Amino acid sequence: MSSKTLYDKLWDSHVVRQDADGTALIYIDRQLVHEVTSPQAFEGLKLAHRKPWRTASMLAVPDHNVPTTNRAAGIADPISRLQVETLDANCAEYGIVEFKMGDIRQGVVHVMGPEQGATLPGMTVVCGDSHTSTHGAFAALAHGIGTSEVEHVMATQCLVAKKSKAMLVKVEGKLGRGVTAKDIALAVIGKIGTAGGTGYAIEFAGAAIRDLSMEGRMTLCNMAIEAGARAGMVAADDTTVSYVKGRPFAPQGANWDKAVAYWKTLHSDDGAKFDATVELDASQIKPQVTWGTSPEMVTDINGRVPDPASAPDAVKRGDWERALQYMGLQANTPISEIKVDKVFIGSCTNGRIEDMREAAAIAKGKKVAANVRLAMVVPGSGLVKAQAEQEGLDKVFIDAGFEWRDPGCSMCLAMNDDRLEAGERCASTSNRNFEGRQGQGSRTHLVSPAMAAAAAIAGHFVDVREWQ
Amino acid sequence: MKKFETFDGLVVPLDRANVDTDAIIPKQFLKSIKRSGFGPNAFDEWRYLDHGEPGMDNSKRPLNPDFVLNQPRYQGAQVLLARENFGCGSSREHAPWALEDYGLRVIIAPSFADIFFNNCFKNGLLPVKLAADKVDALFKAVEAGVGYKMKVDLEQQTITAPDGTVYPFEVDAHRKHCLLNGLDDIGLTLQHVDDIKAFEAKHRTAQPWLYA
Repeated sequence: MSSKTLYDKLWDSHVVRQDADGTALIYIDRQLVHEVTSPQAFEGLKLAHRKPWRTASMLAVPDHNVPTTNRAAGIADPISRLQVETLDANCAEYGIVEFKMGDIRQGVVHVMGPEQGATLPGMTVVCGDSHTSTHGAFAALAHGIGTSEVEHVMATQCLVAKKSKAMLVKVEGKLGRGVTAKDIALAVIGKIGTAGGTGYAIEFAGAAIRDLSMEGRMTLCNMAIEAGARAGMVAADDTTVSYVKGRPFAPQGANWDKAVAYWKTLHSDDGAKFDATVELDASQIKPQVTWGTSPEMVTDINGRVPDPASAPDAVKRGDWERALQYMGLQANTPISEIKVDKVFIGSCTNGRIEDMREAAAIAKGKKVAANVRLAMVVPGSGLVKAQAEQEGLDKVFIDAGFEWRDPGCSMCLAMNDDRLEAGERCASTSNRNFEGRQGQGSRTHLVSPAMAAAAAIAGHFVDVREWQ
Repeated sequence: MKKFETFDGLVVPLDRANVDTDAIIPKQFLKSIKRSGFGPNAFDEWRYLDHGEPGMDNSKRPLNPDFVLNQPRYQGAQVLLARENFGCGSSREHAPWALEDYGLRVIIAPSFADIFFNNCFKNGLLPVKLAADKVDALFKAVEAGVGYKMKVDLEQQTITAPDGTVYPFEVDAHRKHCLLNGLDDIGLTLQHVDDIKAFEAKHRTAQPWLYA
């Protein structure tokens, strides 16, 4: 038998049928659902008098619209409230398990799923959300889909798809102190560009990836979509198995042993062929900071805002000029001289317990700088919040002047009330620095949780390696 | 879904790379639980000078005269000419819903983000990939000639410029079939119910924990 990539194995084990032109029906094991991209899919089902194929494969949670303060008062915005109530009603009607806003298990869908053991190695996982790539950290084939496809999966348990090409991103060596999975992700995007992974499924491999915790692997796979790849993935190993063990949706008893035996096969075989390979040396990666309006507009903490005059071509030069104007930055400004107005720690990228610990370690015993108007920490789920509080992290943040909020997507995309005012500059642990992403006119700099916490304390970006 | 028929459409050039779906339809409009009505808010932050929120009367809002879609010469455009990595970012299908509702039927670019590309076909929008140098030449031609229209023929897989230049393009056979016939995938997939059930039975035996 020829050598297979992890992607080959995941794809092959889910093909229901395939046409001569490569168009395939792929069976979906898990569909995660949130309030923003599902109402039209449920409506479509109803209009066609169809029912979900397998409700047990679905798991729903409201996350984008939920408030992060004063939850007892409910959702103030009537349009947001209706969207969440629509999810509640649809889940009740079809008998879909949903963790509602008051449930401690509620959280950002990509934090909640793995935390519940609802994402397992070997699965195909979809959700109407581009950051579904997160779940690939478990050696699963996971990617975002549009609402028409959400309806398609509900109705048929399958997706119409064509196989992508396979890219190997190999990160060997050891990460330096203070350098994290987020920095690997941004360094990869800086290297291959936001369209570098388009048409590919990326497998992250190498010593530095094996050394990452599951939280770190999720951060990395989460950002695969920002490199253009719908899916990112990491081979299953002992780290994966120990993370999954004992979680509510994880297999039990004899099924557990059988599952683990299968999961151990979920890696690329020696000699497996990839369509493209990118290599990075972990020891050379420094803490990353984006300076523009696309995640590929990134440099490291010792770098400077680039000069559009040095852009490689006319289209890029135009993009850089527009980005600098939007961001209110001058060419050649050292990154460490950029002051921030607000700090956001959270999101499906960096809202997990490890991220909370990493940020708290920096904030401990210090105070948020006077020029920072708001520094907020939004745990990725109610369970992350509870765990952090058990460890006293909430107290560390609050003592330092951070706000400690309730779980949700929050200021990653500012669909609820958490947003930046026009012109405000934010150090953010989220995934996108697009124009208007955190509010109209908002200026986002993507960084790791430790870098965000350090920026909150210093009032400007600083090299977190000098703080540890 | 409407059948995709051959048409002659006015072309509007949007000269920037990496146009993301947040720009195509900002998040505040994603709170809608409907599939229609997103057109007036397509490119909202670039198109209007004020801040848009759901429920506003868009006809009374101040337009940004510098935004290309607002220029008189491009009113009624059906073809959007764009740069690389168009539609990157969020998977929101509200982006093609907004573009389609605005009146666009074709987007030409050197490359598209995967999820957006896929979503277009589900909504009667045809994304066409042309080589970067061809797109570049089209940008110059469109900007030079007021009323620049192109003929889009999906059956023949060609786009024809006013000067007669024909640009052939590739399109996946399955997607072409669905667009031309206005078919939705669910109906087609359900023709394979037996295959799905057979797969499911086999899968359940191999990985029983997925069904426990």
